Amino acid sequence: MKIAAKDLEVCYGEMRILKGISLAPGEASLLGVIGPNGSGKTTLLKTLSNILKPRSGVVYLNGSDIGSFTSREIARNLAVVPQDTGVGFDFTAYEFVLMGRTPHIGRFEKESRADRTIAADAMRLTHTEDLKDRLVTTLSGGERQKVVIAKALAQEPNVLLLDEPTANLDIKNQLEVMALIKNAVLHRGITAVMAIHDINLAARYCDEMMLLHRGEIYALGAPKSVLTAENIMAVFGVESLVMDGLAEGSVYIIPLSTLGEEEQQTG
Amino acid sequence: MHSHRLNNWRLTIALLSLILLVVLLLSVSIGPAKIEVQTIFRIILSRLPLVPVSQGQGAPVSAEVIILLLRLPRAIQAALIGASLAVSGVVIQSLFKNPMADPYVVGISSGAALGASTAILLGLGGLLSLPVLAFTGATAAAFIVYNIAKTETGVVVETLLLSGIAVAYFFSAITSFLLYTAGEALHQIIFWLMGGLWASSWPKIAIITPVFILSFAVLQLFARDLNALLLGEEPAQHLGIDVTVLKKIILVSASLLAGVSVAFAGTIGFVGLIIPHVTRLLVGPDHRVLLPASALIGAIFLLSSDILARTILAPAEIPVGVITAFFGAPFFIYLLRTRRRSL
Repeated sequence: MKIAAKDLEVCYGEMRILKGISLAPGEASLLGVIGPNGSGKTTLLKTLSNILKPRSGVVYLNGSDIGSFTSREIARNLAVVPQDTGVGFDFTAYEFVLMGRTPHIGRFEKESRADRTIAADAMRLTHTEDLKDRLVTTLSGGERQKVVIAKALAQEPNVLLLDEPTANLDIKNQLEVMALIKNAVLHRGITAVMAIHDINLAARYCDEMMLLHRGEIYALGAPKSVLTAENIMAVFGVESLVMDGLAEGSVYIIPLSTLGEEEQQTG
Repeated sequence: MHSHRLNNWRLTIALLSLILLVVLLLSVSIGPAKIEVQTIFRIILSRLPLVPVSQGQGAPVSAEVIILLLRLPRAIQAALIGASLAVSGVVIQSLFKNPMADPYVVGISSGAALGASTAILLGLGGLLSLPVLAFTGATAAAFIVYNIAKTETGVVVETLLLSGIAVAYFFSAITSFLLYTAGEALHQIIFWLMGGLWASSWPKIAIITPVFILSFAVLQLFARDLNALLLGEEPAQHLGIDVTVLKKIILVSASLLAGVSVAFAGTIGFVGLIIPHVTRLLVGPDHRVLLPASALIGAIFLLSSDILARTILAPAEIPVGVITAFFGAPFFIYLLRTRRRSL
């Protein structure tokens, strides 16, 4: 098990954000975490990456308590694609991707030929080779997101955490980014956990889904078993139509009306 | 847009070193007393170990005094202070992820000024107590400003600039109060506050040099970490960097560098702001080349400014801070106009 969590409870001060979270996604699989705003998706990712410490419960990385690793050891096994990918200074895309090698390079060492090959491979896998010499600050949103993923892959992680990787992207880039994440997960045997708002995109690409409701797991399992009209009503307060069989092996959700609207109509 | 930079790091550093050497020589050869370049060479070489020089045709004693006790220490100190201020500026900008920050904007310099004024006022204007108090003031200011501007999600630039200004004003107010009550020491403090290199000397160089070498070496060792920090604190943590330790290293070395500069040359503005920016345009943001290149360009810039300060109204001398501000302030406004989006 590359990454797992048992009975996580996470608090900001006195406010409890997560409670009773356990997960154990398989290798070469993509776990999608969905839930309304404020349901704890980002907090879960930050706890899994050891930025936040749980009040109780344990995160396991390669079978051991993540708290027993140094930050460098964690970075050699776990990479993160954060939500905000703004870069203020003018690195080229290649220099940026090469920075993914940082946890593998000693303080007195230079990047080796192997490091450069790994960075180049990561750019090939994400179809960003052509952007190599472009400044990161001049890339479009879609291009930048792919380069950020390339940097994460250059870390050669076993575990990849992604926070809303398709937010602010147009539909073509959404599909491309999801496809290359899925591709990397399958080819490199990565365990990926992804917070995502777009339920339909998640349903199509994720092997497993977790539905969060006020910091607790409401449902966990195959997309079809999680994405039922009852679950969506209970967690999002949205009445929806669940279409089966539109895309192979996945379901498609059409939101119809919110609970509030219905009340207004009937009352 | 593709990058247009000097990609050969070694060549860049070699070229800048050569320019620095030429400007150093120029600085030593310019002055009210006309001393020929050959004489200057002979005087300097005669003091270097392992260089055989015929003793018979020695230069006049007066020339030797001017070169060895006035011009050479002044040039070397100018170069060291320019380099210190530039390196301090580079890492402060990286810490705040913002090219508008510098030791001045974040209050480090005013903290150092307060520390140094206190030292002079208390009659502690000694060779060691002055830089120690200046460093203490600089570090205090840096930590205060940083902690005011810090939020859970990182440092907010607007808060940083405003808290930097507020802390700088507060420290300046105390400095002004000290000046008001200073009495006889007043002249000495004001003279020093304006910023100048006339009081350069070998003992001061003997203090600045180890401070510079130590701070620079530590920062150079952390160059890759500094690169990662430019991506943001959390992304840097995800690359395995202990950000808390890194930030302390940055604040302490920046305060050391700015503190020792302020202690021995007064408040010289804008070097820490414009040099890192110019250097970044030239060599890119990678600290492994940015740090040494900034140090060299900072040294060249302050040396050149000092040459101007000594020659424009010769034989009278302008405080070098006036020259750097004269070039720096318009450049700052230019940055404000062109960098507005990133604010």
